[in-house]
Amino acid sequence: MELERIRNFSIIAHIDHGKSTLADRILELTETVTGRQMREQVLDTMELERERGITIKAQAVRVNWKGHELNLIDTPGHVDFTYEVSRSLQACEGAVLVVDAAQGIEAQTVANAYLAIENDLEIVPVVNKIDLPQADPEGTAAEIAELVGDDPDHVLPISAKTGSGVDAVLDAIVERIPPPSGDPDAAPRALIFDSSYDQYRGVVAFVRVVDGSFRAREPLRAMAQGTRFESEEVGFFSPTMRAAESLGAGEVGYVITGLKDVSRLRVGDTLTSERRPAEEPLPGYKDVKPMVFAGLFPTDSDDYPDLRDALEKLKLNDAALFYEPETSQALGFGFRCGFLGLLHMEIVRERLEREFDLDLLVTAPNVAYRVVTQAGQEVEVHNPAEMPREIERVEEPYIRASIIVPKDYVGPVMELNTERRGRFDHMEYLSEERVLLVYELPLADIVLDYYDQLKSRTRGYASFDYDVIDFREGDLARVDVLIAGEPVDALSLIVHRDQAYSRGRALVDRLREEIPRQFFDVPVQAAIGSRVIARETIKAKRKDVLAKCYGGDITRKRKLLERQKAGKRRMKQVGAVEVPQEAFLAVLNLDGGKK
Amino acid sequence: MSGVRHLYVHLPFCASRCGYCDFVTVVGRHGQHQAYVDALLAELSLQRELLAEPLESVFLGGGTPTFTEPTELERLLGALPQALEVTVEANPETVTPKLASLLRESGVDRVSVGAQSFRPHLLDMLERRARPDDVRRAVYALRDANIDNISLDLIYGIPGQSAADLDADLSDALALEPEHISCYELEAKRGTRFTHAHGAELARQADAMESYFERVVRRVTAAGYRWYETANFCRSPSLADGRDLRSRHNLAYWRGRDYLGLGIGAVSTIDGRRWRNTSRLGAYLSALAAGERPPHEMEELPRDVRRSERVLLGLRLDEPLEVAGLESAVDWSAVERLERLGLVRREGDSAGTLTLTRRGRFLGGGVTADLLA
Repeated sequence: MELERIRNFSIIAHIDHGKSTLADRILELTETVTGRQMREQVLDTMELERERGITIKAQAVRVNWKGHELNLIDTPGHVDFTYEVSRSLQACEGAVLVVDAAQGIEAQTVANAYLAIENDLEIVPVVNKIDLPQADPEGTAAEIAELVGDDPDHVLPISAKTGSGVDAVLDAIVERIPPPSGDPDAAPRALIFDSSYDQYRGVVAFVRVVDGSFRAREPLRAMAQGTRFESEEVGFFSPTMRAAESLGAGEVGYVITGLKDVSRLRVGDTLTSERRPAEEPLPGYKDVKPMVFAGLFPTDSDDYPDLRDALEKLKLNDAALFYEPETSQALGFGFRCGFLGLLHMEIVRERLEREFDLDLLVTAPNVAYRVVTQAGQEVEVHNPAEMPREIERVEEPYIRASIIVPKDYVGPVMELNTERRGRFDHMEYLSEERVLLVYELPLADIVLDYYDQLKSRTRGYASFDYDVIDFREGDLARVDVLIAGEPVDALSLIVHRDQAYSRGRALVDRLREEIPRQFFDVPVQAAIGSRVIARETIKAKRKDVLAKCYGGDITRKRKLLERQKAGKRRMKQVGAVEVPQEAFLAVLNLDGGKK
Repeated sequence: MSGVRHLYVHLPFCASRCGYCDFVTVVGRHGQHQAYVDALLAELSLQRELLAEPLESVFLGGGTPTFTEPTELERLLGALPQALEVTVEANPETVTPKLASLLRESGVDRVSVGAQSFRPHLLDMLERRARPDDVRRAVYALRDANIDNISLDLIYGIPGQSAADLDADLSDALALEPEHISCYELEAKRGTRFTHAHGAELARQADAMESYFERVVRRVTAAGYRWYETANFCRSPSLADGRDLRSRHNLAYWRGRDYLGLGIGAVSTIDGRRWRNTSRLGAYLSALAAGERPPHEMEELPRDVRRSERVLLGLRLDEPLEVAGLESAVDWSAVERLERLGLVRREGDSAGTLTLTRRGRFLGGGVTADLLA
């Protein structure tokens, strides 16, 4: 296909604003799927995506419209997946920006629109759900026009549900979005924007060809990593896999690599031909930087090898997932995993439990820290227990948070952000009723329960998105927990020095509630270095008897003791103290979560 | 095969049901007392071959055995096998001089009086009918009838019970010089009316009442009683003309002996099987009227379970538990740990014996859960 007749685009939207529905209508209208094949949300293949109504993986589908080849590159739609959105956007020249006519612009709309603008994409603004009784198409169109710097008349009113106006969107894609630029005759270059693993065919790379063309049975090379392989097949999705002669410049499709080792092909790398290699790789993706870390431990230590295999498999479909082995004296063998954010962590955990049938204990999440030791060494710390004690300087990630709320909730949101060490940046009225607040906050103060707090303090009205902006020096301290004098690695935390006392106190209080009384006094301490900042004593039990035990009671008493015994087996031994697994999660909700 | 030497007979009838009670009881029903005693005797004759007479102990529990129509009670006692110890449970308000001599003349030599408390407000809380003076009158009546083995039941940990209340109850009980005292912490059992009404209050008081058990033991042992089982005390032989006043019947449970139970809800354990009779009066009566055994639930007790039970019951006593034959029921690394904590004592060579220390006995439930394999 000549470049002039190709259009590559994404649909970007806030969650539930109708992205998937629009994609479905496009597939129908272009007769890519017949009515009988049509299922709702064709593009969301994973069970989990369907249930949660969110899209995790990018996929690309080719459709034909009035003599043009349109490649719809799907993007994930949640705050944690900004990186994946930006990868997908790099494979496009334009984006359809969908906004719900009843909801108006949300935080993600703003974040995604900015991403698209940063990537020099042509934006086709669309106001969806105009058939809803509470829809305000004109008001919403005005908000969108203001956001993207366009004329409100350019905003297309549609109902993805009924299909009304969708043909105009397809026309606008052809008319407004520029065709891809690239040189069909140059040495081949293709950007890997996603990948997937098939147990029979190995790694499948999703690519956007920029220059030249790619065919089956051709020796190829991933430029950054140097991995060499022969393409087994090339093709595209329409909407299922279809083999093709070749993928030409400007086209989007897949390359079956036959590679069995998932780590040998990284998303973001550039593919070229071994016979006619390109000189320069495409402007690279930034390497994925997970910002949130947590320990994943199998509840049953025998499952450790299964967990390792499962993480390896997930990693292929999830370039952002990071993991390394971790040994905790309290929790045994597991992995320290890095995630883009909390939702990402939650999804990984659920996939591990559901698709791989694993029972997991997930420790409280923390962020990545950059530490300069007194010896001048620079290290990145993913685990509070590994924070060096001789520290010159610590830097922590900061985010720029965009929060959109009805104006009545501005006060509570500001209060929350102040509690979380936030720095006010600016505030904008999007309309008479709705306000955009922009704050800079340490990510560490977001990862625990910020989102829940934000939702509860705004009665669910706030929408929230963020970008990691930089690392900043912070006055941070490592707080260790000692149970009966034994330091417990899984409970260490890193906090701002001003919060060290209150956090240490809260943690110690929580542990006193969570750890059952033992046969002896158990001191629980929080300490910075050798300085104890909080202490509680779990008093020894004074009595623990089954009062009556006669002929009719024996079976019941025996079962009671068996249950008690089984309960003890589930506990982790810290020195001589039996600690329930739940106690290791005490750090998760130090604020607000008190029972 | 078997030679059961201990017999339990359940008499479920009560004047009213106390809120905290979760025993199998039946209120009133005077019209059915005769039929029930008929059924008990019918069940006895069906099971009598299991017994090795004369028995060591017979125990009539309830319910309120002394609430049973006196003529029926007398008929029952007259028909039961001979035993070295015959105990009847009694509520204070039912013990008249007449009843006391009926018991004595029917061969009863031990009476367990359900005093529970001597504070009127606590008796009200427990929904007990007896007043403090009823308890005293009952004890005097029994003494007059030459019953020389009286046990008093006390309950502590009652909502609203202060430490001073507990001390006063113990003083009042000790002043009556009973041969035996059983002292139970009030159990708020799920599903009872009482727990529904007072469960929250009990939970609030839990910390304050934590020391009550220690207080009971300290006070009663100081008065010359032997703390021979978790909740049971008897006068030391030196203060009782050398008599061993431990309850023979209950000792049989704690030593893992076989026993036969008759009546509704009664449990038997014989030759590695345990069964519980139906708790429905109608079903019980009609089965026995037809000459059949009452409906019952059977539980098989495999060897390992029997060994565990021997350990958990045996450790309730102050006498050392002979471990020979029970080794596999014990987690020996836990024993070592508990020994270091001063909660368990091992004595003797090879298997030897296990005993809980004084502190270990206060923590007996948890300690036992720990040391069972």
